[in-house]
Amino acid sequence: MGETESAAPEAARQELSADVVCVGFGPAMGGFLTTLARGVVNPDGSTAVESRVAPGLPLQVICYERADDVGFGVSGVVTRARALRESFPELEAAQIPLAAPIAEERVLYLLDPIGASRRSATLRGADRLLRAARFALPVADEALELPWTPEFLHKRGGMVLSLGQLNQWVAGQVLQTGAVQIWPGTPVSQALVEGHAVTGVRLVDQGVNRDGTPAEGYLPGMDVKAALTVVGDGPVGPVGRQLDEVFGMPEGHHVREWAVGCKMVVDLAPDRPAKPGTVLHTFGFPEPEIFGFLYVHPGNVASVGIFVPSWFDCPARTSYRYLQHYVQHPALQRYLAGATLRSWGAKSIQESGRRGEPRLAGDGWARIGEGSGSTNVLTGSGVDEAWATGVQLAQGVLELCRSGKPFSRENLEAAYVARRRGSWVEAEGRVAERARDGFGQGVATGLLGMALSGLTGGKVSLGPEPVPPHERIQGVEGWYEGRIPAAEVAALRAECARSGRPLHDALMDRAGWPPIACDGKLLVSHQDALLLGGKVQAPPGYADHVVFLRPELCKACGARTCVAICSGQAITDVPDGVPAFDREKCVHCGACLWNCSQPLEDGSEQGNVAFLAGAGGLHSAEN
Amino acid sequence: MNGLQIVVCGSVVPDPLQTLEPTAGPAGPVLKNEAMLPAVLDPWAGHALWEAAHLAAAVPGSKVWLVALGPKAKLQQVMMVVGQKVPFELVAVDGPAGGFTDSHETAAALAEAVKAIPGLDRSRLLLFGGWESAARGAGTTLALVGARLEIPDLFLGVDALAVREDGSLEVLERIEGGRHQVSVCAGAPAVLGWATGNRPEPRNNPQVGMLNMRGILPALQKARPAPALGGGVTFEAVSLPKQQRETRVVKDLPAAEIARELVAWIES
Repeated sequence: MGETESAAPEAARQELSADVVCVGFGPAMGGFLTTLARGVVNPDGSTAVESRVAPGLPLQVICYERADDVGFGVSGVVTRARALRESFPELEAAQIPLAAPIAEERVLYLLDPIGASRRSATLRGADRLLRAARFALPVADEALELPWTPEFLHKRGGMVLSLGQLNQWVAGQVLQTGAVQIWPGTPVSQALVEGHAVTGVRLVDQGVNRDGTPAEGYLPGMDVKAALTVVGDGPVGPVGRQLDEVFGMPEGHHVREWAVGCKMVVDLAPDRPAKPGTVLHTFGFPEPEIFGFLYVHPGNVASVGIFVPSWFDCPARTSYRYLQHYVQHPALQRYLAGATLRSWGAKSIQESGRRGEPRLAGDGWARIGEGSGSTNVLTGSGVDEAWATGVQLAQGVLELCRSGKPFSRENLEAAYVARRRGSWVEAEGRVAERARDGFGQGVATGLLGMALSGLTGGKVSLGPEPVPPHERIQGVEGWYEGRIPAAEVAALRAECARSGRPLHDALMDRAGWPPIACDGKLLVSHQDALLLGGKVQAPPGYADHVVFLRPELCKACGARTCVAICSGQAITDVPDGVPAFDREKCVHCGACLWNCSQPLEDGSEQGNVAFLAGAGGLHSAEN
Repeated sequence: MNGLQIVVCGSVVPDPLQTLEPTAGPAGPVLKNEAMLPAVLDPWAGHALWEAAHLAAAVPGSKVWLVALGPKAKLQQVMMVVGQKVPFELVAVDGPAGGFTDSHETAAALAEAVKAIPGLDRSRLLLFGGWESAARGAGTTLALVGARLEIPDLFLGVDALAVREDGSLEVLERIEGGRHQVSVCAGAPAVLGWATGNRPEPRNNPQVGMLNMRGILPALQKARPAPALGGGVTFEAVSLPKQQRETRVVKDLPAAEIARELVAWIES
């Protein structure tokens, strides 16, 4: 980064006060604000809970969302919608665009029709058996439909949703009450910590250079003081991670399991109508570790995507290209032949679940949603759980307000944490806690471990304690040992350094993956996908939010997993140097955070990538 | 000089970077999945609003209103962003803004909303808006609003406005040949349809947001439905502009060769 002249006059930091300040608007905050808004104002519009900072007015509640729209969200969702329905007892799927009641759920094991995926001897044997017995078993289009699936995988009575549309709908409901403010396009840089307490938040500085130094139009981020700070900024949110750092994780808890979900929203071909509410879960292809899904929305629209997990050890893990191979699988082509890409997105998922639960409350603060460890990795469910935690906190907050008690750690633990501990979110989260440990030893063990955990109520699980992600990432040479000779890897490295071609693409080609034949419809270049219904905005005047902390670690790194995994091709390789980051292309999926092979060795489990608060990203309400 | 009373007509439009596909609805043409498309502030109207705020800040005692005709839910969302940029008072009218309304009807609804603004001194009124907004590029809507408010002075394609000491207005309008026409008029009332102006989009200022918030939500709650728009006009057909994109994948072509090819294509 070049030296920059500061053109900024001294600008004063503004400050304002509220009663409750919230960070992030997702499903958890939707549940929190929906419940809180109903409690602070009476049905006749009069004040039910009075503000302490603006006496005479109702409780002053402000929510800041990083993205430029409240409808930003990246998930095709299939959910039982238990908590959502409790909040909206009259809810019909038809009220929310793209929502549909679940019509059918199926689980497919996908064979590899290409022969490029890396399968263990066990899986290869199983594949041979399936192919041999394809006339006796439900095998078609290179896929086995599981004749039975355990109950915990089912979402009967639930619905298919688009998270973007759900967020947009919920925001509309909340804003209509007039009791809550939601400000999008406003990233929060940090919580204001004073001693053992959080006293509010600081918004990001504007009018700064890429390195954060003041520039023309410098406007220091405002301090918003509040008696209660509610943090629901998701799995890679900078405020939640700051709280982990400041207050520490509970004994034995850690966030080591991740996945990046990468998905498309597509218009299905008119001659291939699919029933809204059709749900397809898949595993086995493009790699055994990569699970996938297809959910059909109303209007012949579908969400289709894959999850690339942290325990997929390959350093050449470009989720977008894997997704392109996935949608070409014959079992998916049943639905997707002739389909057209509408939009595209990616998001990190915290898959440690309850084992990654941080401290849930302290003096002046509480955490809700995925960043608080509410995601259930056994049932593959997170949105409804997140919503429930938001509702539980709001109920607790209203209780404390009505009884005039302060938002101290003890009071929040009694009013919120105890509620959560006594709920289905906790009970099911405990069952799921060790359900995925088996994947540390391979896919077959992982699947068996999941089944055992689910069927024994969490009493039995397989596999060791997960290790930090950087310990799992192998070097390129190590991963391809026995498949691509080291000399050839070195030649590919040199060729890619010369041509600027991504090494992970070259390695996938060499490993036998066919080139993607872009058709301008479903298969488009990665850069085109960014623009197709997934507009990337990076307003000027903000600092880079992806920062490589210690250049020498990047220079010594041969894996470059951050480059391979980057969902927006925003991180590009600089041979023997620090990767380049382009804020314009970043979709804020946060995968770089947990895809760094270089630990900081500072006692934390953090890699060399800092993921800070930033503006911009995708702008698509249908994700 | 007395403060200015600036009314900006501006609403939301579907994000132009999304796929906008006209289709036939029960009441005439609509955009496919219109309710799902993210909305943004109409860029033309945005320029007018930033200019209005800049002008109001320079002339003490001035006030800015934003009169927005659009679907209430979309207005609500977009105002959460726009509300952080500059101070204004929102006047919301609930109605369609998908691009298929008729200029006359839109102008009638907007003019009624302006007339109903309490305390507005129409002799000091500067009516701002996007030059080509709400008219499918025809530039007619703002002129019709001005006519209904009986304001004779109309400037379109405005890129700059200066208020002189005596209250007269110096206006730069775009004309052919990439040049500007400079006009001077005695002062308010006047209608100015803005082109792009010269102001960048202001930064998000949460202080401004808090001030605006006091008015935005009540204004949205009070938003009156516009009279049914679209009556009397039928659209025979709606088609997308011809796709101009031609993609070829060519490898190892020198930059000079690519440049030559581009120049040849432009010249053809």
